[in-house]
Amino acid sequence: MNVSHKSIAAATAAALLLLLAACGEQEGAADADASDAIAVKAGDSSCEVATTTAKAGKLTFEVTNEGSKVTEFYLYGEGDRIMGEVENISPGLTRRLIVDVRRAGTYQTACKPGMRGEGIRGDFEVTGQAGAQQDRGGHLAAATRSYKAYVDAEVEKLVPRTKEFAEAVKAGDVERAKSLFPVARTHWERIEPVAESFADLDPKIDGREDVLGEGMAFTGFHRLEKDLWVSGPRPDSARIAEQLVADVEELASRTRGIELTPVALANGAKELLDEVATGKITGEEDRYSHTDLWDFQANVDGSKAAIDALRPAILQRDARLPATLDTRFAELNRLLDKHRDGDGFRRYTDLSRQEVRELASAVDALGEPVSKVAEVVAS
Amino acid sequence: MAGLSRRRLLGLTGAGAALAGTGAAGGLAAKRWLLTEPGDQPQELTTTVPFEGAHQAGIVTPAQDHLHFVAFDVTTSDRGDLVELLREWTRAARRMTRGLETEGGGAVGGSPYAPPADTGEALGLPASALTLTIGFGPSLFDERFGLRERKPAALADLPPFPRDDLDPARCGGDLCVQACANDPQVAVHAVRNLARIGFGKVAVRWSQLGFGRTSSTSRAQQTPRNLFGFKDGTNNLKAEDTQALDEHVWVRPGDGPDWLVGGTYLVARRIRMHIETWDRTSLGEQEQLIGRAKGSGAPLGQAAEFDQVDLHVKGTDGEPMIPHNAHIRLASPDSLGGVRILRRGYNFTDGSDGLGHLDAGLFFICFNRDSREQFVPMQRALATGDPMMEYLEHTGSAIFACPPGVSHGGYWGEQLFG
Repeated sequence: MNVSHKSIAAATAAALLLLLAACGEQEGAADADASDAIAVKAGDSSCEVATTTAKAGKLTFEVTNEGSKVTEFYLYGEGDRIMGEVENISPGLTRRLIVDVRRAGTYQTACKPGMRGEGIRGDFEVTGQAGAQQDRGGHLAAATRSYKAYVDAEVEKLVPRTKEFAEAVKAGDVERAKSLFPVARTHWERIEPVAESFADLDPKIDGREDVLGEGMAFTGFHRLEKDLWVSGPRPDSARIAEQLVADVEELASRTRGIELTPVALANGAKELLDEVATGKITGEEDRYSHTDLWDFQANVDGSKAAIDALRPAILQRDARLPATLDTRFAELNRLLDKHRDGDGFRRYTDLSRQEVRELASAVDALGEPVSKVAEVVAS
Repeated sequence: MAGLSRRRLLGLTGAGAALAGTGAAGGLAAKRWLLTEPGDQPQELTTTVPFEGAHQAGIVTPAQDHLHFVAFDVTTSDRGDLVELLREWTRAARRMTRGLETEGGGAVGGSPYAPPADTGEALGLPASALTLTIGFGPSLFDERFGLRERKPAALADLPPFPRDDLDPARCGGDLCVQACANDPQVAVHAVRNLARIGFGKVAVRWSQLGFGRTSSTSRAQQTPRNLFGFKDGTNNLKAEDTQALDEHVWVRPGDGPDWLVGGTYLVARRIRMHIETWDRTSLGEQEQLIGRAKGSGAPLGQAAEFDQVDLHVKGTDGEPMIPHNAHIRLASPDSLGGVRILRRGYNFTDGSDGLGHLDAGLFFICFNRDSREQFVPMQRALATGDPMMEYLEHTGSAIFACPPGVSHGGYWGEQLFG
């Protein structure tokens, strides 16, 4: 995957995963009424917020920069957690920040003239409780619990499978390492949107040589893939393998703490298919080993797991959508099954152009209804 | 873009005073992005072509400057799904040809959690004379949708022609949509949104972008030049020739199944031109190959472009001025028993071919009442005898039946499926 694209994707994923903690909602997300907007006058040494109390729910701040420096406006929660921000407000401009604050408490507003430092802070009291999202029958809560369990289970397998792979690399057992490479990756690829949300770990574990940022070393799965399939083991292959294990363990410890939301699940399901459509269909992800179909299947599995977890919630809100999703998942899996070979898959380069086209078409066909799920479960 | 501004300049002489006083015409192509008042827009961008009518738009509509042509495979085998898609497409097409989004507020007015219902790249652009024309390929009439009995005999796959070098990935298709507009972005937006709406029911089989219309379909239009630098389509059928259109283009009662009456057949051929070898050919030989003067477009032996082609004029050496195998002689109705077609092709360039040569040519589109009696004999004659074939390579081919126009409140294909 492309790192610059990835960093955006990761930011989005993080925003969605930690929905409440993330960058808030930008202009355009607005069902908030303009007349309820809280005016903020931002000067070079002042930050006047028209009111410092509000009821929980969607809050709209209308920030006018009356100063001479470019400014920013933030709403912070406990422990300086960013609830929402709007950056790059030029002198004379008014920009809007809409942020969903669901819990009562003391928050802080901040203007940052010159876009630096702690900013000019002020307390902001939120009272009451935003109406929790309607969750009749508790389907949404059940969905996030069930998918979190899936993520945990995949991480539980990712760590030992990666260790086995690393041991084979360190022992110089190229054939065994080659056979373990796609197996370990399966568990990574199934939870890729979650894994990718840790923007520092993702390029270390899964970065491709051509897309790494300046100054970043080529490490992780794809570096070892190149060693195994192209150059043969190199003097530092063992060290890279050890580093990979450490990075995957770090990932495992961090995923334990993540909070998921139904919208994050839905977007994760879509992102997994986007991964397939942009990285696997082209055969560029596993360019040395050509084990792309393993990743492909794992992405589809992960996407399906998220959709399956959401199924009762989707059914409750849109009776027809689950049937379409089922049909399209089944069709894609049927096509993938055609390319199975023993416990694994054919090399991607052995597929005919027509077979790749069939897969691409089925991914597009599935991606379309999956892209509707977020809105359905957000309603 | 140089071609674009020059073309606009030509178009304007005809368009009259629409732009009088708006300044140097040379900056027009750039200017169209800056003009914000609808009244300031060049006529051809603000033009709206009616979507409904007896015949589909985009056939005798004065040829617009840009094309995005797409062929689809239908991937569902459920007839109801297909009809539902055609209804959805029609709804979107009706709106887009009026310069609107596929749905009201579709690009930016929807839920923040959902992908927009319109992709948005045509926001703020006028209708640009967008037309969308649908066609049904022979393969649609197999057992999947119960259409076998309704297949017109004339909707037969084209026979192989001498020197064809067809790439299967650029041939055929169950459905096609021809999108033409005076702004390329508007045409691309239309096709992109139809493809998006169709995911899961249809899949794009192949598509082609075209620029610089290569024929005029109205007497109000100048004859454009093809990539060989020649005026092309001087003798084309024109929208004004209603009687000739009835005779050569529109399907009549008794020609075949009733659902296609008022419709027509579309033939698409991707013709790669070997530009570099052509460019090394002398002017005299180029003119002999075509049978016209490169500058004026006049038939050899005549003075002006629209002078009657006379195949019998002889030079001082006693040989015909228009050589025996010149392109215009072979394609002339006189040589083909009176056969005529309505041409509506576009230049294309798909970059270079990896060998340092332009991958460019003519995306030929023609409409005719029965391809077996019109396009096929014409192409056979050209493919066999035209020495210009040395510079050409047909790489894509398809035929489609275009149903008649959409009625008020109707949908594409209602005559076939209804």
